[in-house]
Amino acid sequence: MARAEIPGRLNWRVATLATAKDETATARTLVLDVPGWAGHLAGQHVDVKLTAEDGYSAQRSYSIASAPDGARLELTVQRIADGEVSPYLTEVLEPGDPLELRGPIGGWFVWNPEAAAPLLLVAGGSGIVPLMAMIRAHAATSSQVPLRLIYSVRTPADAIYAPELSERTVASPLEVTYLYTRAAPPEAAPDGPAAPPPSPASPGQAGLGEGPGAIRAHAGRISAEVIAKSAWPPEAKPAVFICGPAGFVETAADLLVAAGHAPAAIKTERFGPTG
Amino acid sequence: MSIISRGFSGRRRPGDEKLPPGQYLETGFPVLSAGPTPPVNTATWEFTIVTETGEARRWDWRQFTGLPAEQITTDIHCVTKWSKLGTHWRGVSLDTLLDGVPTTAGYVMARSYGGYTTNMPLPDLRDGKAWIAYEYEGAPLHPEHGGPARLLVPHLYFWKSAKWVTGLDLMTRDRRGFWEELGYHDYGDPWREQRYQGD
Repeated sequence: MARAEIPGRLNWRVATLATAKDETATARTLVLDVPGWAGHLAGQHVDVKLTAEDGYSAQRSYSIASAPDGARLELTVQRIADGEVSPYLTEVLEPGDPLELRGPIGGWFVWNPEAAAPLLLVAGGSGIVPLMAMIRAHAATSSQVPLRLIYSVRTPADAIYAPELSERTVASPLEVTYLYTRAAPPEAAPDGPAAPPPSPASPGQAGLGEGPGAIRAHAGRISAEVIAKSAWPPEAKPAVFICGPAGFVETAADLLVAAGHAPAAIKTERFGPTG
Repeated sequence: MSIISRGFSGRRRPGDEKLPPGQYLETGFPVLSAGPTPPVNTATWEFTIVTETGEARRWDWRQFTGLPAEQITTDIHCVTKWSKLGTHWRGVSLDTLLDGVPTTAGYVMARSYGGYTTNMPLPDLRDGKAWIAYEYEGAPLHPEHGGPARLLVPHLYFWKSAKWVTGLDLMTRDRRGFWEELGYHDYGDPWREQRYQGD
């Protein structure tokens, strides 16, 4: 399995917010300039540190959303209502503001663009972020490895990156299955493939451009039926990456093992509450 | 010297003084694992200590749970920044398990079902500092949290407290375990914020 060493010390660096983009009502992408950034692997994260005037400081970890791209780094932050750091990053931080971070961190939950195995990505909520880095790295390196993404969100409006995912199904061998656990659009049938979901950023345009059958939507939670319909079969020997809340990841990993996937091929990253 | 984050005042909470640097207080019990939870059956469970000369000492579940157990109340600190204060465990002290084991080893590699490993100095498992725990908050330890039994070394970051533990290899020289090989610190003292290699 691909492993990445982190040589030397991971020093704190001062990044600058270049731009920010609201992805959903509660998720914001921070585009950062990080002088001296030595690059990263898709799936890695950074530690972010905030410091108050009296010296009090708070740290959290955030997944990197962007493919390796020089000194530019994108983080997508999900706002936790009673959080300490995420409200600052999503509501207070402005372009031009400095932000201390260090990384990249984590050499296990990473995708190597040279890998030949089909990719199965399973995301719950903001667990999409490190998986999006893999989808973007896949495109940036023109990898021909086929990808399937199963993306569980409460409602279509909670889906981060939906317009970009739709576009990428055209240019890349990418198939996306959305699972809507709370409110499903009318076309999301519990019993089979359905029309593409409306994209939160551009409702009405969602049907444009997808490859045939490349985007599906189901109402309900992840299940053995969803795995059977939307995951690669075990015989395809996919590399599996699952990221999301602990309960979601536990369920998804158990379902994939039960479906015959090798536990050693399944890498997980579980989010606790990280306000 | 840290730079000031404009407009950030932070959120202090009672108990913060018990938190190591860079940690925040967590009331839930988040889970961190690298892969699926391995199925571990107490009917076939075993725990083995192998010395540097290859001598092995083995316990099955019945023998292990028949050993004198202790109640432990302790704070735990995860490298992903959360800390949990005053957690309650029941388990067997490593002093009990290592009693009479002939060794001059300075290090230990903990091994788990599922293939996880983590290394630490052997003295860190002695003198009432470490246990093999099988109950959490009065109930059998849940598989997600490492059940049926996990290593509990609460004075180090929590990845050292190997879930689903099945053995200890005593070593004369230090080797790196799973996360340590991937850039995490060999020792992992939360109070010195030893998160990553070089910290």
